[in-house]
Amino acid sequence: MGKEVIIDWQHVDTIIDKYNSNREALLMIMQDISDIYNYLPPEVIPVLVDKLGIRKSQIYSVATFYKTISLEPRGKYIINICTGTACHVRGANKILETLQESLEIEEGETTKDQLFTLEAVRCVGCCASGPVMTVNKETHGGLDRTNTLEIINEYKEQAS
Amino acid sequence: MLKLKNREALNNFRNNILSKHQEKDKKLISLCAGSGCGAYGTEKVYQTLTEELAKHNLQDEVEIKLTGCHGFCEKGPIMVIHPEGIFYPQVKETHIPNIVEKTIKNGEIDKSLAFKDHITKKKIFHEEDIPFYKLQQRIIFGNNGMIDPTSIKDYISVDGYTALDKVLFEMTPDEIIDEIRKSGLRGRGGGGFPTAVKWDSCRKHEGERYVICNADEGDPGAYMDRSLLEGNPHSILEGMLIAARAIGSNQGYIYVRHEYPLAVKNIETAINQAREIGLLGKNILHSDFDFDIHISRGGGAFVCGESTALMASLEGNPGRPRAKYVHTVEKGFRQSPSLLNNVETWTNVPVIINKGADWYSRIGTEKSKGTKIFSLVGKVVNTGLVEVPMGTSLRTIIFDIGGGIPKKKEFKAVQTGGPSGGCIPKEFLDLGVDFDELAKVGSIMGSGGMIVMDQDTCMVDVARYFLDFLKEESCGQCNPCREGIKQMLAILTDICKGNGKEGDIELLEEIGGMLQKFSLCGLGTSAPNPVLSTIRYFREEYEAHIRDKKCPAGVCKPLFHYEIDPKACKGCQACAKKCPEKAITGEKKKTHILDRQKCIKCGICYDICKFNAIIIR
Repeated sequence: MGKEVIIDWQHVDTIIDKYNSNREALLMIMQDISDIYNYLPPEVIPVLVDKLGIRKSQIYSVATFYKTISLEPRGKYIINICTGTACHVRGANKILETLQESLEIEEGETTKDQLFTLEAVRCVGCCASGPVMTVNKETHGGLDRTNTLEIINEYKEQAS
Repeated sequence: MLKLKNREALNNFRNNILSKHQEKDKKLISLCAGSGCGAYGTEKVYQTLTEELAKHNLQDEVEIKLTGCHGFCEKGPIMVIHPEGIFYPQVKETHIPNIVEKTIKNGEIDKSLAFKDHITKKKIFHEEDIPFYKLQQRIIFGNNGMIDPTSIKDYISVDGYTALDKVLFEMTPDEIIDEIRKSGLRGRGGGGFPTAVKWDSCRKHEGERYVICNADEGDPGAYMDRSLLEGNPHSILEGMLIAARAIGSNQGYIYVRHEYPLAVKNIETAINQAREIGLLGKNILHSDFDFDIHISRGGGAFVCGESTALMASLEGNPGRPRAKYVHTVEKGFRQSPSLLNNVETWTNVPVIINKGADWYSRIGTEKSKGTKIFSLVGKVVNTGLVEVPMGTSLRTIIFDIGGGIPKKKEFKAVQTGGPSGGCIPKEFLDLGVDFDELAKVGSIMGSGGMIVMDQDTCMVDVARYFLDFLKEESCGQCNPCREGIKQMLAILTDICKGNGKEGDIELLEEIGGMLQKFSLCGLGTSAPNPVLSTIRYFREEYEAHIRDKKCPAGVCKPLFHYEIDPKACKGCQACAKKCPEKAITGEKKKTHILDRQKCIKCGICYDICKFNAIIIR
């Protein structure tokens, strides 16, 4: 799937050093690496084994337990549609359907052009502004079908 | 920044800031930069405002303060102009030239931009007069709108760290715990356990003790912790410092959600500033007391809000809870005595120390003292964060502060306590909300989520929604939780699809009872609550789904269809224009026709019709 990722090993080292190779910080180290590549490239795992002095199985058990870590490549823009209770009663499902139709992917999938990954999350804590979605680190509130499609188009334009 | 060497230095530092404040008779524009307002575009408003002030050469005379959440998130982005307290809701970039010209330069209020009350339809100009704020008592949350959360000076200027000063130099650890005991403070994360009892028992166990802040706010629909982390992070640090002094701890941790980037950033900034100035670190204010705080980010697992799971996660492991034969105050993080309290609990601590337990315990009910912040969301006019004394009735919160239900719809239920809570119907609207009252009707106050539901909410779907949530979030360790939730969800999904059968309700009750008795942790034991409480109060809705194959609220798609009421339809064509499937046809001023073959039940016509002519059958 997709193109090869070239890993900046120096950057990875800096991240591990920032946490003093502390094995308790494993999750945060993986999150910081994911922030660069939008997923945790499996090539990094042997390095983590070495530097943190923990077993590979431990790394996989943490990586697969927490939702913020993905071992599969994800798109340039990660859309998190909030399906928390407040957003749910205000129609988050309709927004999710709109996104699925327009991006032609299901929840949890990435578009063929590697531009968008669509994920549903439970509550981003902007409950008064629901329905809400976040695209990477930007938050968009008060969504309906029309403005959702507009926002997606803006990101498409940004990328082209 | 200079390191504060002792308590005199802290006092002088504060006096210095205050005297500078008095010197300049500046206008202050407070602009909410919390996540809610941010989602509506605070950033752009701020940029335009800065440019516009520079254009008028006012940048030195007017101060702009980007604050944390003001609570009235429905109306974001929110702007308040001080000292008058002029309130502008839903500010857009295009409004800025007018605001600068009229209000900033000439001191006039732009009435067209002012807040309009939903009920009286009158314009209200000042923040303090708005019913949403007027009926609240914001002892914890009030400073959010006044301070820049990234400035320790701002926090110190509003009596920040005076409580720390007091406990370090005027109180013994026993006296601190006694004061908290007398205040009657109970844990705000949902459990309601007496805070002083927890502190006291942690102190009695030997070992390296840890003070931990639970900022893994996972309840969908609750976001008060986020707003405190973003808007007043130093108050959390101060609360933790006080507890650390009381129990004899030198190390603290804040476990915060990765999904709250601004909260992580602001709390990080606060910790760095406190270290720099000497309020965290070694020998704080020359008192021989050492304490430092570290941040750990969660990874999107709801179960990590449970104390033992949170501590497992802090240690770098998957967040799986363990049975609590031995409490975490004895053996928690790193097998050491650990004191875990939630964000809101921590922020109550400095207030109690400063104002005294006697003052504090006069607020609230007999067994639940103080105030509670609720996140009032869902189908309610004024959504946002509301801080009221414990014991305030649901009716006051939803109808007086919240302004009632939008679009003249009927109130149906309020869901409290997140996935562990239940749905409360209208006959209990006069109940006072505290730790004990809501439990009597099958729900809990929990961490303070309050999701209002109207006639268009299907209670079976809500129950299904929560179980779907919990199925994802169950850690899978114990059978009752893992398998029980899955089976209950399967039954509910069948009911919502029209495949429900007689006996399903009883089966749900039976499995639910089993989960309550035999699950390992709180996630499993409370998981059936949303189902059981909706069965208790809305059984007829379940029966309509199962027997009549109807969803009265019009949510479960296989169980309803839309029709046009010929008596109500005015032929305005609004629905026909918006229908994505062209399923509605009709000439102007003549009754429209809806083609059920083409209709995909998207609900756009139902939402858009002003004459209630689209009906659910």
